[in-house]
Amino acid sequence: MKSATFKVWRGDQEGGDFETYDVDLEPGYVVLDAIHKIQAEQATDLACRWNCKAGKCGSCSAEVNGSPRLMCMTRVEDVAGDGPITVEPMRAFPVLKDLVTDVSWNYEVKASIQPVTPREPDFEDGSWEMQQYDVERPQEFRKCIECFLCQNVCHVLRDHQMHAEFAGPRHFVFAAQAEMNPIDVGDRVAQLRDDLGIGYCNITKCCTNVCPEGITITDNAIIPLKERVVDRSYDPIAKIARSVFGGADDD
Amino acid sequence: MSAYQEFEHDVLVIGAGGAGLRAAIEAAAAGVNVGLVCKSLLGKAHTVMAEGGMAASMGNVDERDGWKTHFADTMRGGQYLNSWRMAELHAKESPERARELEKWGALFDRTPDGKILQRNFGGHKYPRLAHVGDRTGLEMIRTLQDHGIHQGIDVHMEVTVTRLLKDGERCVGAFGYDREQGRFRIFKAKAVVLATGGLGRAYLVTSNSWEGTGDGHSLAYHAGAEMRDMEFIQFHPTGMIWPPSVRGILVTEGVRGEGGILRNSKGERFMFEDIPPLYIDQTADNPEEGWRYVTGDRDARRPPELLTRDHVARKIVKEVQEGRGSPHGGAFLDISWIKEHIKDSEGHIKKKLPSMYHQFKELAGIDITKEPMEVGPTTHYAMGGVAVDADTQMTTTVPGLFAAGEVGGGLHGANRLGGNSLSDLVVFGQRAGEYAAKFAKDNPNYTVSEAEIEEAATEALAPLERGVTSVNPFQLQFELQTMMQNKVGIAREEEGLSEALGSIGEIAGQLADVGAGGNRWYNPGWHTALDLKHLLTVSEAIALSARERKESRGAHSRLDHLDKDKAWSTFNHVVRKGPDGEMIIERRDIPPIRQELQDILEEEG
Repeated sequence: MKSATFKVWRGDQEGGDFETYDVDLEPGYVVLDAIHKIQAEQATDLACRWNCKAGKCGSCSAEVNGSPRLMCMTRVEDVAGDGPITVEPMRAFPVLKDLVTDVSWNYEVKASIQPVTPREPDFEDGSWEMQQYDVERPQEFRKCIECFLCQNVCHVLRDHQMHAEFAGPRHFVFAAQAEMNPIDVGDRVAQLRDDLGIGYCNITKCCTNVCPEGITITDNAIIPLKERVVDRSYDPIAKIARSVFGGADDD
Repeated sequence: MSAYQEFEHDVLVIGAGGAGLRAAIEAAAAGVNVGLVCKSLLGKAHTVMAEGGMAASMGNVDERDGWKTHFADTMRGGQYLNSWRMAELHAKESPERARELEKWGALFDRTPDGKILQRNFGGHKYPRLAHVGDRTGLEMIRTLQDHGIHQGIDVHMEVTVTRLLKDGERCVGAFGYDREQGRFRIFKAKAVVLATGGLGRAYLVTSNSWEGTGDGHSLAYHAGAEMRDMEFIQFHPTGMIWPPSVRGILVTEGVRGEGGILRNSKGERFMFEDIPPLYIDQTADNPEEGWRYVTGDRDARRPPELLTRDHVARKIVKEVQEGRGSPHGGAFLDISWIKEHIKDSEGHIKKKLPSMYHQFKELAGIDITKEPMEVGPTTHYAMGGVAVDADTQMTTTVPGLFAAGEVGGGLHGANRLGGNSLSDLVVFGQRAGEYAAKFAKDNPNYTVSEAEIEEAATEALAPLERGVTSVNPFQLQFELQTMMQNKVGIAREEEGLSEALGSIGEIAGQLADVGAGGNRWYNPGWHTALDLKHLLTVSEAIALSARERKESRGAHSRLDHLDKDKAWSTFNHVVRKGPDGEMIIERRDIPPIRQELQDILEEEG
């Protein structure tokens, strides 16, 4: 393949449209290379975010031929078909310009979640004893590169725009890594139920399918958190036990 | 007259990678008002790319390790041009800085007895690097980010600083713009910490992101600070080289730490030849001993693949020059061979090096559990940086201006050991934050000059006001990078360096004509035009210092002066801005080392 045609969405909050660019390719080109080439040679004001170009920073999220992808990890030859390759911004967030969206909402939600709250250290030097099998579960969630592709495909956010009531898969993964940290004594169950809206997730696994880090978001993070919420708030036997032996109802 | 958004902070931290975040956290803990400026979104800085680990002599895997050995290893790696005081502080304080990350939520890999696991790395005598697979930098930046957002720090995301503001000699703030709308921002501050990272974008083949344009080096220089050791640029021996689109992307040294070996096109394991004298006693005699070392045999010595980065990079270049390179001009790095020793080698490699597996599979179509990788040197790290006081990290000539992390100079001397960067970030980030807060408390009164702000605004708007011209900012950047790659790269000589300085002057001349189309909203052409000034400044400092050092030492290799020369071991090069705006280079004698530390160097061999 020597060249390819790209249709790149250009515009801002007021609106925009696709513009067509022909790009000469080099072997191994990823979509981000093509965008950079357009930037350098045809449209120096074409806006896109990127940093590492190696799938580690999660900056260059976009929709390529309608699929949510990291542009730096998407080989052109893998997405080239008969027609042009379309590149457009994530649709779950407001557009700022071209391929750049306003993702600041994600930062606000994260700041509202209780961070890891450690118990007293086990040793005098301030450290803890933790076994590898204890850290492996939360380590999966800590692989998250905050590309927000999971947020972008979650229908609660994308279609229903429930950003005010629902934190989205990224933040359930974040809550899960804190909840499952072996030294954490925090408690996020009431917050997950009342403020982060975990109940709205109906486990369609769209988030898991798009995660470039391969995090099993639904099965390993969201479902266990849902179980904690159910155990605490909706288990009738536990409710009776609490009324007999004491303990807060958490309501 | 432009409109500005004004912000006032006691301490302004510029840069939000590991060092900037750690400085901001420390300053906030001291009870002052802190602003943190990120060039990108929070959590995306280049620290995220660090893979192998963080050096800290906790002795969890080998109890013989301690700060003295770490200190001696760092000095040897730096060919004794390091600031010995920084190397001492770094070795002493990194264990505590590592442990405190766990308090804030980090989860390092564990030893069988539940402590932080440590791995082998080039130039470190014992297994020393705390790590999480091969994504340690992500773990560190995310931990600092997630802790930092609860410390009352004001975060300014996607804001680029173009100039520091002065009150007499003192630094009292910064001028910049936000990427989103191109609005100007003025930050007034009692103290300013630079934590802007590196300058790899001065070269064509680099592991650095678009951000690494030497902003902090250049901002400090133009504000009157000195840069030291600028000739020492680390070319990491193992970057990806094929396909062209991935050229320069880092392949972690952890591959070699886990047993990966280098071969040439003839299948020879060439690293066993030419072991440097400083390391002969520490290096394995044969492959069998090398394998025992990487699998934890305490009596074995390290395989030659784990020699320092400068040496490994030069060896790869030599193989290529002598016609034994890989098809695309590098060497073969093979981890799949460990199947000779390990039963489930495929599972083991995926577990220990998950992102390397992923990176080669996705971008090069190579399965590293089954076949070798093609690798070659990539511009990775600036050992040189802004000259600072070792204890406080305040610049030597500009009161109120501090520097930490890669932008700061001194710790690494002529060559940095892998793993010493992540520890550098938190050790000296913490110190810079502490002393910047103290300086802010002790020096509350200052004035910001309106004229200086006007001048900064005019300068920043110029490329945009010129609109599209015959000088495209991306093309000019490409021209500079190509020239630096060819003439100031891994092998240098007098003539090429002089030509480079000439070219830098010519490109600087075109800066007045560089233009960018479009408007102020999120305009990469405009932003690239503004970064060019920084790139030119650091390029000149590198070329000038490299021409001046007429010997080969550490990362600096001269084809016309192949040997290390003792006469060049007693001073550092320092560059500063002269009265007429010209760059001046000077020799600065290394202060005599404390006897106690000299004794350690002798004991540790």
